[in-house]
Amino acid sequence: MKMQKGHLLPAFALGLLFGLGLCLSGMTQPLKVQGFLDVAGLWDPSLAFVMGGAVGVGLIGFRLARKPAARSMLGEPFRFPAESGVDAPLLIGSAIFGVAGVFRGLPRPRDRQSGSFQ
Amino acid sequence: MGDADRLAEFSPLSAISGGAVIGLAASLCALLLGRVAGVSGILAGLAPPRRGDLVWRLAFVAGLFAAPAAFALAHPLQQPEFRAGAATLILAGGLVGFGSRLGSGCTSGHGVCGLSRLSLRSAAATATFMATGLLTVFFIRHILR
Repeated sequence: MKMQKGHLLPAFALGLLFGLGLCLSGMTQPLKVQGFLDVAGLWDPSLAFVMGGAVGVGLIGFRLARKPAARSMLGEPFRFPAESGVDAPLLIGSAIFGVAGVFRGLPRPRDRQSGSFQ
Repeated sequence: MGDADRLAEFSPLSAISGGAVIGLAASLCALLLGRVAGVSGILAGLAPPRRGDLVWRLAFVAGLFAAPAAFALAHPLQQPEFRAGAATLILAGGLVGFGSRLGSGCTSGHGVCGLSRLSLRSAAATATFMATGLLTVFFIRHILR
């Protein structure tokens, strides 16, 4: 089933809405994410609130989308990933993602010397 | 920006309402397009581009990229502060892409959509990248320093 041309606008609006949520949540700031992961430092719980809000609404939305009605509101088949079990690629890939993701906020040596990264 | 400033910035209201908007976008993506709003997956589907599958992905990414400018019209948006050098950013960016593809998803796909779908795979993935991220930050901030 091909995505129709008419999906251009809804898809743009969805990306925009998603991005606006990200901006509002503060999670466009790498240091906010690091602050959540820094449980041994000055912990910033923001990310937990973001996830709580997102999953809280998402639970309702995806529950509605699980109805046996075969197609989405724009007539597309539901194409959700299959629940194929926890395997090694999933865990190894996620582990790499977790490590690499926080490196955006890694201090340069200069910052470390000047003590601005305490 | 010091840690004290960052702590002062902590705003549970904007965090939870921003999260709710993200959850709404993910829900509408499922209800309207029948798709999971996983950003790494949407991007990955662009290479190689497939006929009939291209427009919605490009449009979604364009919307995502337009968001900071649109947001800044209504509300001051702090510039993201990248403290890493260019080489680190390029390497880390590559590994973020590699890891999220190998693991079939990132924070949006597994963390938001997967958990909302009560997927065991996504719960395992989210726990894993949170744990390795936590260990990495601990190592960088409290051991290396």
